[in-house]
Amino acid sequence: MRVALFIPCFVDQLFPNAAIAMVTVLRRLNVDVDYPTEQTCCGQPAFNTGYWDEARTLAKRHCEIFADADAIVSPSGSCTAMVRNFYPELLGGGGARTELGRSVPACVNKTYEFAEFLVKKLGVTDVGAKFPARVTYHDACHALRELRLKDEPRQLLRNVQGLELVEMDQAETCCGFGGTFSVKFPMISYAMDDVKVTSIKKTGAQYVVSGDSSCLMQIDGYLRRQNLPIKTISLAEVLASQ
Amino acid sequence: MSATTATATQFKRAAAAKAADLHHRGVIQKAISTYDAAVARGKTRFADWENARAHAAAIKWETINHLDRYLEQFERNVLANGGHVFWAETAEDARQHVLALARRHGVQKVVKSKSMTTEEIHLNDALETAGIKTIETDLGEYICQMRGEPPYHIVTPVMHLTKADIAQTFYEKLGTPLTDNAEELTMIARARLRHEFMAADMGITGANFAIADTGMVALTENEGNARLSFSLPRIHVAIAGIEKLIPRVEDLALFWPVLSTSGTGQALTAYSSLIGGPRQPGEADGPQEFHVILLDNGRTRLLADAEQRDALHCIRCGACLNACPIYKNVGGYTYATTYQGPIGSVITPHLRDAHDWSHLSYASSLCGACTEACPVRIDLHHHLLHNRRNSVRRRFDQPIQRLVFQAWLWAMQSPTRFAVAGKFARFAIRLGWANSLAKPWTDGRELPEPPDQSFHEWWGEHG
Repeated sequence: MRVALFIPCFVDQLFPNAAIAMVTVLRRLNVDVDYPTEQTCCGQPAFNTGYWDEARTLAKRHCEIFADADAIVSPSGSCTAMVRNFYPELLGGGGARTELGRSVPACVNKTYEFAEFLVKKLGVTDVGAKFPARVTYHDACHALRELRLKDEPRQLLRNVQGLELVEMDQAETCCGFGGTFSVKFPMISYAMDDVKVTSIKKTGAQYVVSGDSSCLMQIDGYLRRQNLPIKTISLAEVLASQ
Repeated sequence: MSATTATATQFKRAAAAKAADLHHRGVIQKAISTYDAAVARGKTRFADWENARAHAAAIKWETINHLDRYLEQFERNVLANGGHVFWAETAEDARQHVLALARRHGVQKVVKSKSMTTEEIHLNDALETAGIKTIETDLGEYICQMRGEPPYHIVTPVMHLTKADIAQTFYEKLGTPLTDNAEELTMIARARLRHEFMAADMGITGANFAIADTGMVALTENEGNARLSFSLPRIHVAIAGIEKLIPRVEDLALFWPVLSTSGTGQALTAYSSLIGGPRQPGEADGPQEFHVILLDNGRTRLLADAEQRDALHCIRCGACLNACPIYKNVGGYTYATTYQGPIGSVITPHLRDAHDWSHLSYASSLCGACTEACPVRIDLHHHLLHNRRNSVRRRFDQPIQRLVFQAWLWAMQSPTRFAVAGKFARFAIRLGWANSLAKPWTDGRELPEPPDQSFHEWWGEHG
């Protein structure tokens, strides 16, 4: 199977290790990967801020770039949800999400989040990884509620050698990033970060793992400012470790 | 979002204060975690909770999309039962109608059961100004009234208060001995309220549901105060938003348990009443007159919007507030709206001024917990996105933000421009310039260590 990599703009620039790790794991599973180099951003920041015309320009561009791919895989639940759940409405010109599904661009239903692709598409839950540490998993909101991925990343983590998965009580609570929300309403965002980090601390985990690097940036930034020894790491990097 | 509206400035200021208030956070987290546990248990009583949600949503969809027909059917049946119906287009119309009724019947004292619709139209102030003594009889609302505060939450008006806070309020306002024994406090309120029920000339309630095929009003409560409010006084006035319609009385078999499960985790609330009109010949009790006020107050504007009219499905259970991480951190008063939390942020720009309340749609991380909690499946966070898009279309956005997104779009339409912008950003982080550029995110957080290479560059070497 030939898979096109959809690397979100901020992952490309700030968290390339998550994307590189995804390539490593896919290649280990004998998946042929391709990276369409014309890609930039799926348009989500504009879409979420209300600039749908600007977002639509990038959505069309994105769909043209990925038009011929058999399957598209992304190390982000949020950007995958943008394409799969919101492109139909954005490109279809209105109407409720539930009424759509007609005449959507080919890329929309071929786009998968990384853990989803491994578990649901490839049927793989053990990627032969080794990561001896106590970790807790943060459910990124869009992966959890837009893509309904709850168990898939955990199935993958449970099969990592040496890894101990400890659930935090606020696993499903938003970290408070929300893109421009964290800048527009900083005090609320900090309070949410604090709730999250308080819950993480209680687990005694050495690492916080998540499928979305934006959440991890939000959590890591706060952990480091508080001088806490807990590290953040993407699910892909854990799965690439041997 | 336009930061220039006074409402947005107020919201930000109040949000900053509450978000930093750890006592407040502790009280709310404790209250909501108790609620969460009860609701989780409550849902297990359903054979299939998701199916119940889907069914409730379908009934509401049908009702709201044929609301004209159901409202007229409801009116015909209320009249046939001997009641009266008044169509109030605005809050002022509704207030004036209540005052006119009160004047006509020489009403000196009103008892009220809990109703957010009466909060919406500021009925208590109008009655008090007209010299009519008005008493809230729901314990939570009674406490709010004593404190001169609006309800903090649409279902749990004093969620933000501890027993000690309530004891202090009773001590200060009623002069009763300081006790934080919940039962004693309740008995104090009960003893006082009994006198008010007996002396009141008019009872005012809301309506949890207005039932088209029987012309009945359904009320849901836990204290028995609503039952006394509508049955003891001479006149009963029920005020219902037009979206409260359900088609058939048997629909309550679904909606009563769905509402109580989502609202409090109860299988059913302690008291569930159906009011079918005034006292009939040969009946021993009940009011002499029964009036229903059907309130529009902006709802038909939302009804006209096919994209968002499902926000009128709301049965005011409060589940979205309890699920919302923003609500849990800023609390109910920060919103400064009648309806707080996600549903309030969705509907307030439609019911009131779209510009003044546009900031609420941005005060969300779009986590979707509200949508997941909603028992009638309103796509709440999706509606926040619609509101944001509408704000931009109507140019409520700040010009600087518009410019930033245009520049961003220009950069993102070319992989070369994107690569240059990305390289600059990484450079800026390394040199520490980004700390001021990314303010206020960086005020309490460290930016990530910028990598030497982007993925794009890495692929050029390893792809």
